[in-house]
Amino acid sequence: MGLEIGLGHYLTVAAILFTLGVFGIFINRKNIIVILMSVELILLAVNLNLVAFSAHLADLQGQVFALMILTVAAAEAAIGLAILVIFYRNRGSIAVEDVNMMKG
Amino acid sequence: MTLPLFFFYVFAAITVAAAFMVISARNPVHAVLFLILTFVNAAGLFMLAGAEFLALLLIVVYVGAVAVLFLFVVMMLDVDFAELKSGLLAYAPVGMLVGGILFLELLLVAGSFVIAPDVVGAGGLPIDATVDNTRALGQVLYTRYVFLFQGAAAVLLVAMIGAIVLTLRHRPGIKRQSTASQLARKPSETVRNVKVKSGQGL
Repeated sequence: MGLEIGLGHYLTVAAILFTLGVFGIFINRKNIIVILMSVELILLAVNLNLVAFSAHLADLQGQVFALMILTVAAAEAAIGLAILVIFYRNRGSIAVEDVNMMKG
Repeated sequence: MTLPLFFFYVFAAITVAAAFMVISARNPVHAVLFLILTFVNAAGLFMLAGAEFLALLLIVVYVGAVAVLFLFVVMMLDVDFAELKSGLLAYAPVGMLVGGILFLELLLVAGSFVIAPDVVGAGGLPIDATVDNTRALGQVLYTRYVFLFQGAAAVLLVAMIGAIVLTLRHRPGIKRQSTASQLARKPSETVRNVKVKSGQGL
């Protein structure tokens, strides 16, 4: 840990964020909204890694890739929440346990 | 401690603390607000790494659109969230196990990897310090990565159409305006001349 912001600093923060996202999926097994938010956290951690490597290697490609991930994350949130809304309309609940309509 | 490092620690600490509150908040509205805090501070981290455009994009896209979308859905759905929280810690042990293993692995990788010396600077797009970040991104995004850019646009278009198709519903039995049939009306179909005999009425 020197006086400058190093790659390790960013990787550590991103690792913590990623772990928190995965952990959030496990402890909020019933609440789809929080699961979607956890997925957003995971994608944010990935973006942080890409930007950190982009800065460290002085290469712009990482930032272009992060831009694409941002796009996909926004689309994923929109579709996920739309599915959530119609699921709530049909079942009156958003609990993950109730998502068994397609079970044979 | 230099000033950038100090700000790095401030942003990193708030980001991690807010992310923890996102997954542990009892009220989902609070979770969304903490998600916004996480993204704003992550934007600060991006800014410190020199990715100014991405930092501001993170604020515009996430705080401005995605978080508001979450907030909208949380408030629109009338869900009993206390009931959803009831089995909160049932999966905590396995989550702790998986998360802990994942975290250790990530730290192991982050702490021990070595970048091959010939990789540094060998990438296709070296950052030019004399060009500011937004201009540099724009210069490659519309030329070298134009197909990737169009692909991203197509992804967003599909997401938009998908969200509309999924949530649109036609409820039968509701009187609503039909523009097409209004425009297709002709006087010959709607107006009728009736010959009325005088003194009798219809």
